[in-house]
Amino acid sequence: MLSRTADNLFWMGRYLERAETMARLLHVGARMNLIPDTVDGFRSEWVSILHASGTHAAFEKKYGEAVERNVITHLFFDRDNPSSVAACVAAARENARIVRTALSAPVWDALNGAYQELKGLERTPRSEISITALTEWTAKQHALASGAIEGTLLRNDGYDFIHLGFNLERADNTARFLDVKYYVLLPDTGFVGSGLDNVQWQTLLRGMQMHRAFHWAYGGDITATKIADLLILNPACPRSLLTAIEEATNHLDRLSRAYGASTRAQTAARALLAELSETRIDDIFDEGMHEFLERMKRQVADISTCVSETYLIGAAA
Amino acid sequence: MGPTYFNEMYEDGAIRALYAGLEGWQRGMPDELRNLKQAEAEALFRRIGITFAVYGEGGDPDRLIPFDMFPRVFTNREWTRLSRGVKQRARALNAFLADVYDRGEIVRAGRIPAKLVYQNEAFEKAVVGIRPPRSVFSHIVGIDLVRTGPEDFFVLEDNCRTPSGVSYMLENREIMMRMFPTLFRENRIEPVEGYPEQLRRTLASVAPAKCEGEPTVVILTPGHFNSAYYEHSFLADMMGVELVEGQDLYVEGDYCWMRTTEGPRRVDVIYRRIDDAFLDPLCFRPDSMLGIPGLMNVYRSGGVAIASAPGAGVADDKAIYTFVPDMIRFYLGETPILNNVPTWQCAKADDCKYVLENLKDLVVKEVHGSGGYGMLIGPRATQSELDLFAVRVRDNPGNYIAQPTLALSTCPTFVEQGIAPRHVDLRPYCLVGEKIELVPGGLTRVALKEGSLVVNSSQGGGVKDTWVLAE
Repeated sequence: MLSRTADNLFWMGRYLERAETMARLLHVGARMNLIPDTVDGFRSEWVSILHASGTHAAFEKKYGEAVERNVITHLFFDRDNPSSVAACVAAARENARIVRTALSAPVWDALNGAYQELKGLERTPRSEISITALTEWTAKQHALASGAIEGTLLRNDGYDFIHLGFNLERADNTARFLDVKYYVLLPDTGFVGSGLDNVQWQTLLRGMQMHRAFHWAYGGDITATKIADLLILNPACPRSLLTAIEEATNHLDRLSRAYGASTRAQTAARALLAELSETRIDDIFDEGMHEFLERMKRQVADISTCVSETYLIGAAA
Repeated sequence: MGPTYFNEMYEDGAIRALYAGLEGWQRGMPDELRNLKQAEAEALFRRIGITFAVYGEGGDPDRLIPFDMFPRVFTNREWTRLSRGVKQRARALNAFLADVYDRGEIVRAGRIPAKLVYQNEAFEKAVVGIRPPRSVFSHIVGIDLVRTGPEDFFVLEDNCRTPSGVSYMLENREIMMRMFPTLFRENRIEPVEGYPEQLRRTLASVAPAKCEGEPTVVILTPGHFNSAYYEHSFLADMMGVELVEGQDLYVEGDYCWMRTTEGPRRVDVIYRRIDDAFLDPLCFRPDSMLGIPGLMNVYRSGGVAIASAPGAGVADDKAIYTFVPDMIRFYLGETPILNNVPTWQCAKADDCKYVLENLKDLVVKEVHGSGGYGMLIGPRATQSELDLFAVRVRDNPGNYIAQPTLALSTCPTFVEQGIAPRHVDLRPYCLVGEKIELVPGGLTRVALKEGSLVVNSSQGGGVKDTWVLAE
């Protein structure tokens, strides 16, 4: 497979996943804003959403104050923001368009269809679209595309590159989601574990469509520890860091078997997987949640760099 | 009263036999159904992604070329003659190219002026003396044809470099078959779907002698911002070959390689969809980012085949065009089956005088122009446009040729008011490799504006499915 084709497939996967994350962040932000204000002087919830999206600085520069309408524009519609849902959908579709030959017709249909519908959404008056509708639309497009990928693509190296992009992005995004919680954590640690704190955790669960799963898996009270365990260490949770890294490792293993050569990316992913498998949730709280998540984001980025250097650049022999 | 045009469907109000199968179909389609079908076709084109992307001009970057559902029909007998004529021309053009980059016998024999060939902008000095595999320079020859009467076909121009539009021929058919399956059951229509496989075979058949085993064929595209990118990726997909950009290829040793996830892989045949000038920055334009540095060295030493071969453009130059009938006689010893449109060369003083005196009756074109730009259609021009063009021709006569305004045939076409005759042309795609092949069909372009003779998509033209009836 052409290195450039692999690169396009990898990024198609990443953008597809990122589009959904951004939409879910919007959803979480909207719900958190429905919860009565906390104490005076704390940052608006939208600011924490923007921090988690990694685009806070760009937002401030363009829009200034974080009011809801602007945040929706920024995170969903604004194509100047490379991480907005619209930009991600367009980028996923453009990457797919470039490698049409490596995709099945249904996959292209799904991505191209999403893009055509997006253009319709962009023309619709904003007063007629709710945040929920935007989130649901994005999740649906994501489901259509992943369904087409699972159902119709050959299980060859191209499939592995899509999934590598997908899972590395998901690992990064789950870390970002959990970080929202860090950003809304009140300065006074006395609030931790209080009723308010739990409401915010619940919102996070709902944002990730994980509240039912939580009850099935843990039961009982919703606590920060259980939620962190679900989203970081639970191998049954499709969005957990562990699951994403395990999947990425599987696809790297498949590639190295198919190509008959092991790679640094594989080594790095296996090391991270081994660490996560051994970690207990208390270790994470000991290290500090934010510090742990920052480190995870860095390590995932390192794996991504290794993948790029090994497969996607295509250095001459 | 204006000129009369040959109507391909009706003769004195009666339907010609070959269109009989479409009469009932058209009658049985009320306006609402027609609009529905038209919308369905458009949605299909958009979904498949067959758009003619035009970036950097504002507006929708994904423009559709208008598709007219009313097919254009040829009888088997008509097609047999056309096909023989097109293949004959493709053979002569290739013989000409092999000759002018070698001993130039046709020039020595005084049949074509040396200046027209060797000082032509499209003549590539860098490939003189190189003989490509099977002596084929132009592997895909697109011949643009117009019709003016039952038996009267004229060649408007030859395209020896990288004629585009074949994906429309294939997709127009796919969409018609999908929307109107009954039509295809009731009429016996020759299939065109063999084209991609023929193209792959043709390209593989011109692999260099150094290639061992099954040749690796690739399509070289300028990239996804190119207006014909859909076609490039469509053909790569249908042939099952890689679609590469210049950055995916590099030269090392005596070969050209592509960068893959499993390391370098040797490339044997490059079907390039970029111009000569961009192929190799070391040989042609040094600022080209689209090409592969060193490619021409590999080509010269027989490490890779390039289709069409660099330099092929000299054969489809508008100034050379007038000599194609001579080429057919000279190289093949045959009588041309298809005629040229009579052409005046403004470079010749007598011709230039005639052109200036009769500007209002002629079509004047730039020698190197394409896409319907930079041309004057005398009968439709205003006096000031005529005056302006006269000045241009006087300033640089060598840059212009002129032809009579042809009474292009018309074919029924769906328009807002119902069905009306619109002018059409035809581009069949002839493949030249080990064999010379032509699928029964081509791209029919139609001028959708009433009275218009310009069929280019950039100027309001559309496309139609083209049928050849089986015997």
